[in-house]
Amino acid sequence: MNAENIANPKIVVKNLNFYYGNDRALKDINLNIAEKMVTAFIGPSGCGKSTLLRTFNRMYQLYPKQKATGEIILDGANILDKSQDLNMLRAKIGMVFQKPTPFPMSIYDNIAFGVKLYENLSKNDMDERVEWALRKAALWTEAKDKLKQSGTSLSGGQQQRLCIARAIAVKPQVMLLDEPTSALDPISTAHIEKLIDELKEDFTIVIVTHNMQQAARVSDYTAYMYLGDLIEFGDTSMVFTNPKRKETEDYITGRFG
Amino acid sequence: MPTFLRETSLKRHNVLDLLFRNLTRVSAFGVLALLAAIIGSLVMGSMPAINAFGFGFLTSSEWDPVNDQFGALIPIVGTLITSGIALLIAIPVSFGIALFLTELSPRILRRPLGIAIELLAGIPSIIYGMWGLFVFAPLFADHIEPWLNDRFGAMPYIGPFLSGPPMGIGMLTAGIILAIMVIPFIAAVMRDVFEIVPTLLKESAYGLGSTTWEVMWNIVLPYTKIGVVGGIMLGLGRALGETMAVTFVIGNAHELHKSLLMPGNSIASALANEFTEAYGELYTSALIELGLILFFITFVVLSLARFMLYKLGQREGKVT
Repeated sequence: MNAENIANPKIVVKNLNFYYGNDRALKDINLNIAEKMVTAFIGPSGCGKSTLLRTFNRMYQLYPKQKATGEIILDGANILDKSQDLNMLRAKIGMVFQKPTPFPMSIYDNIAFGVKLYENLSKNDMDERVEWALRKAALWTEAKDKLKQSGTSLSGGQQQRLCIARAIAVKPQVMLLDEPTSALDPISTAHIEKLIDELKEDFTIVIVTHNMQQAARVSDYTAYMYLGDLIEFGDTSMVFTNPKRKETEDYITGRFG
Repeated sequence: MPTFLRETSLKRHNVLDLLFRNLTRVSAFGVLALLAAIIGSLVMGSMPAINAFGFGFLTSSEWDPVNDQFGALIPIVGTLITSGIALLIAIPVSFGIALFLTELSPRILRRPLGIAIELLAGIPSIIYGMWGLFVFAPLFADHIEPWLNDRFGAMPYIGPFLSGPPMGIGMLTAGIILAIMVIPFIAAVMRDVFEIVPTLLKESAYGLGSTTWEVMWNIVLPYTKIGVVGGIMLGLGRALGETMAVTFVIGNAHELHKSLLMPGNSIASALANEFTEAYGELYTSALIELGLILFFITFVVLSLARFMLYKLGQREGKVT
């Protein structure tokens, strides 16, 4: 397991283990996530890539039998530490899911929802924030005339961009994307990928994908995982053109998985 | 001769299809006809009373069978107030139960608690009535009503509603018993609809840093509002029409009091108590008109619920 020499890591994962009850789903993961870069986790189903992603905002904690040991250092503090305030952690680390999940409210309120949890903005400031987030998520031109309409009235691809805008609106430092395009058509997928490229100017992005071409297109670093182990981690171009491990090569060339 | 076979079987299918379609149509229209027939017979039965008292029937609190003077105000008020108290108590409690069962309860407790609630829904109303009269009412009279009197009796505005002799039976008691009866209905429906909320939707809200309460109040409740309102209506329907349990504890007095601790009457309870002794056409007719009014109240409540859902949808941006 070679933790690459990333000069400026935003997140440092040290000896991370994860358990579903008695099943060990992550095995001694060590990994650095570079700041304002895109890091992709790839691997076959059940390899632990989503599990790893969900430790970064401690989403697993909703479920009683799941637990993580080890350290995940963000800005010098261990995320897994019990004293870490969950709500503040999630303000710093936003997440977008496999399927679009617009809240049952208007487009405007969808975006204002998260902001209201942390900030007390005036009507004007909130309007500006909503516009800012929608522009960042490349949804403003399509949505500006129907801010009062339900979030569910948008198309699937637009809904996913709405979810991205909603996550951005809180101004997080890190964005976790859990197979964000798996429920979308190719055109919407292209939109989102372009968006990811723009977003990395402001945010550190971690994306889980089962689409290897996607990982190759959007990410700077790639981690290949298999059965809870981090098999290989490095520059995306290196991992895809010149993998060090046989298992990685088998997977990316399609001989396996 | 495969073609031939296919043709006859298609013909047979067509006939069966037609039969089936008409059968379902008859069933659907049968319900409508039944509803119309019930309304019709209620209206016909209440004609003598309607002719005799007109609109005054709704606003008069006089109920004097000896002199053939009838007014429905007391039972109408009693029905609305007891049902109102029931919902006031039952909605938040049911929400709490459903929230606990779906979000907070340890997995091992969910089934037993869920089953307990369903069992509670299955208890016959006569049992609630007896329990209310023999167990709850005395407790209420000894411990709670004196406390209410002391605590709130002298307060402006709400004082008059909560003072009076501690008799145990009365409108408040009936409302509380009704609340206990409708909680399992509302809680069970709420739990069922909360359970169908997609996990990802909840995780998205948690992922933004929401607390459990914020997720429930801002996401789960709006997402399930149609089911939740449906559950509340189911409970309200039961409360409005509940007869036996209310009869036991409401006091069955044709008196109009400000205080909720005083006895009163409800429509269903008046009907049950007085039908056997109703002599004379006008008396019977007045009781039937009470039934018609109950029917009408239920109808209005259901329409209001629909209207409320429409308004909520508007606010959420679904209707433009």
